[in-house]
Amino acid sequence: MPNMRPDKNPMPHQDPQVRAGNFSEVALGYTREQAMDEAARCLSCKNMPCVAGCPVKIHIPEFIAKVAEGDFEGAYQIIAKDSALPAVCGRVCPQESQCEAKCVRGIKNDPVGIGRLERFVADWHNANATEKPVRPAPNGHKVAVIGSGPAGLTCAGDLAKKGYEVTVFEALHLAGGVLVYGIPEFRLPKSIVQKEVDTLRELGVKVETNMVIGRCITIDELKEEYGFEAVFIGSGAGLPKFMNIPGENLKGVYSANEFLTRINLMKAYKDGADTPIQHSAKVAVVGGGNVAMDAARCAKRLGAEVYIVYRRSEAELPARAEEVEHAKEEGIIFKTLTNPTEILGYHNPDDPRDPRNGSVSGIRCVEMELGEPDASGRRRPIVKEGSQFDIGLDCVIMALGTSPNPLIKSTTQGLDTEKWGGIIADENGLTSRENVYAGGDAVTGAATVILAMGAGKTAARAIDEALSK
Amino acid sequence: MYRIVKKRVLNPTVSLMEIKAPAVARKAEPGQFIILRVDGEGERIPLTIADFDREAGTVTIIYQVVGATTEKLNHKEEGDSLQDFVGPLGRATETEGLKRVAVVGGGVGTAIAYPVAKKLHDVGCHVDLIVGFRNKDLVILEDEFRAASTSLIIGTDDGSYGKKALVTDLLKEQIETGAQYDRVIAIGPVIMMKFVCRLTKEYNIPTVVSMNPIMIDGTGMCGGCRLSVGGETKFACVDGPEFDGHKVDFDEAMARGAMYKDFERHAYEEACNLFKQEVK
Repeated sequence: MPNMRPDKNPMPHQDPQVRAGNFSEVALGYTREQAMDEAARCLSCKNMPCVAGCPVKIHIPEFIAKVAEGDFEGAYQIIAKDSALPAVCGRVCPQESQCEAKCVRGIKNDPVGIGRLERFVADWHNANATEKPVRPAPNGHKVAVIGSGPAGLTCAGDLAKKGYEVTVFEALHLAGGVLVYGIPEFRLPKSIVQKEVDTLRELGVKVETNMVIGRCITIDELKEEYGFEAVFIGSGAGLPKFMNIPGENLKGVYSANEFLTRINLMKAYKDGADTPIQHSAKVAVVGGGNVAMDAARCAKRLGAEVYIVYRRSEAELPARAEEVEHAKEEGIIFKTLTNPTEILGYHNPDDPRDPRNGSVSGIRCVEMELGEPDASGRRRPIVKEGSQFDIGLDCVIMALGTSPNPLIKSTTQGLDTEKWGGIIADENGLTSRENVYAGGDAVTGAATVILAMGAGKTAARAIDEALSK
Repeated sequence: MYRIVKKRVLNPTVSLMEIKAPAVARKAEPGQFIILRVDGEGERIPLTIADFDREAGTVTIIYQVVGATTEKLNHKEEGDSLQDFVGPLGRATETEGLKRVAVVGGGVGTAIAYPVAKKLHDVGCHVDLIVGFRNKDLVILEDEFRAASTSLIIGTDDGSYGKKALVTDLLKEQIETGAQYDRVIAIGPVIMMKFVCRLTKEYNIPTVVSMNPIMIDGTGMCGGCRLSVGGETKFACVDGPEFDGHKVDFDEAMARGAMYKDFERHAYEEACNLFKQEVK
């Protein structure tokens, strides 16, 4: 008999007042009792609508049944068949618009907390499982993976398990891609990412950091000189967008990528760190996605008063509801239906050597209202006449999205891309070049961890089929 | 890890290191740069490639001790290793079709001008290498400069070596006495490049400058190195580091370069104190 409790077991959290001053993880995870109680809410529907909502088709009711029985390792093994990064996805997947959106329990009440259960199972495994992954017998084929984000790690892991000799090339000094430079510690502890990378190494995957493919080695050289039979490009979407409004190059204007990289990858938030970050009094983050929430919550933790400036209304915020809620709890102020037109700079007319010259002093905005739906289906924001106003502040972070880095495209002849830079790949991830595959944000533009992971899996399967012929 | 195979002190604050980095050496070209981290906690700093040896698999960097990271770097000796060394990054200098070029370097920037001058000289271009230093004690790489140029013109601010003149004056003298340049390449402090460009604009000589702004990743990801060039925002790491000097907004570049000045000064003092304590 299922547990008919109407609401999800709440996720234990760090108190908002406390967590706004530290970088430790916000959500603390279920206890075993909470997990088993939540698992008992699942109706084990025969037609499994939740699985249809999962981009990688995890056998959700099966793993939840194991949790309900208290067989957590059994549950992990079921998830692991389809997901390479459950501890990551349990934390950062938008379950509310995927598996949980389809949950029958969600029609009248809260859906089953599938994401919370996935996280519990993965954390339990990481803390308790002692078995080391077994390195399979080599099959004699070499594959190169470019980028060590979710797409690359997944593709590498799946191929390594089949005996391929896999080398992952990473441009930065640390593997993990957006999981280490982008998503903050308080949402995804870096030790979890490190563990995933360590597991790959145990499977025999080589991880070469400091390798900017396209500069120090090209795709063609990987194939012709280094003997890689296939290449998977999972180089992500790392190029930040700006608004092209006056004042964007003033001191104190960051792309969200730069701000987050300084904090997450370079640990600039720690006392005594070698990498500097501006400790601002008042910050505006422009944008409404998850990255904007991450940047705002980081700025808050560095001690600033923080505004989210977003041109549409709260209903259109692309960020996950949970992230918006967390940000609000931490005291982030939302200025929706507001659009910046200029970033204002400080200039001392009497002293050209004043060090504050060229720094941000404020942001000029206009109020917006929503008109007819545009091409994206969302109502188009229109400027309200005569609504201009200024906010005085000392830092602006642009979180307007990212596009794929053109480096690989510009150094690989015959690799077709979309106008906006995305690599063109078929449903198996195959590009216009023979035995060159691509997936994740490099193909789709900025999307989710789970979609990138799914693309990595699909490409691994296709590479295996192509090379084992 | 990347081993330091050679270290040479060029003047009291400027040193040269050859780093074992075969993957970088294989592709390095004049005008490109690397990013390094001294140790596991270190920040990422960009340094222009001063020379490279593809056979030996080494890349030469020349640095001036200006802050905490270069201070830490300077405490590394031959046989020690650097944590990270990535490159080559950025675009290479375009040297095709040039007949006569003035390469103008200031201070430690002269070290960056060297490989460009050498490449041009190797392909038969007439290279006037104009280098400026504050005084005689700071003059570096004179033999290398001489070998990489058709004529070498040295100036010092105080006249203690070479001519007592700024590089802009030396360049002006060359132009006034009839040197016909297809291009001027200016590499050094931003303020020097600004004034070289102001001069060459008067004579309508195309001028290329090498920008060295604050950077993190060096691959186009952070945008911290952005500059205004001809009214457009460019990323020095992927669009540069060399740009049309007549289009660069140098004042903005100077302001952005000073963004973390207070932090850097403080970190530098801390690093110096730390090393002093170790010596005791």
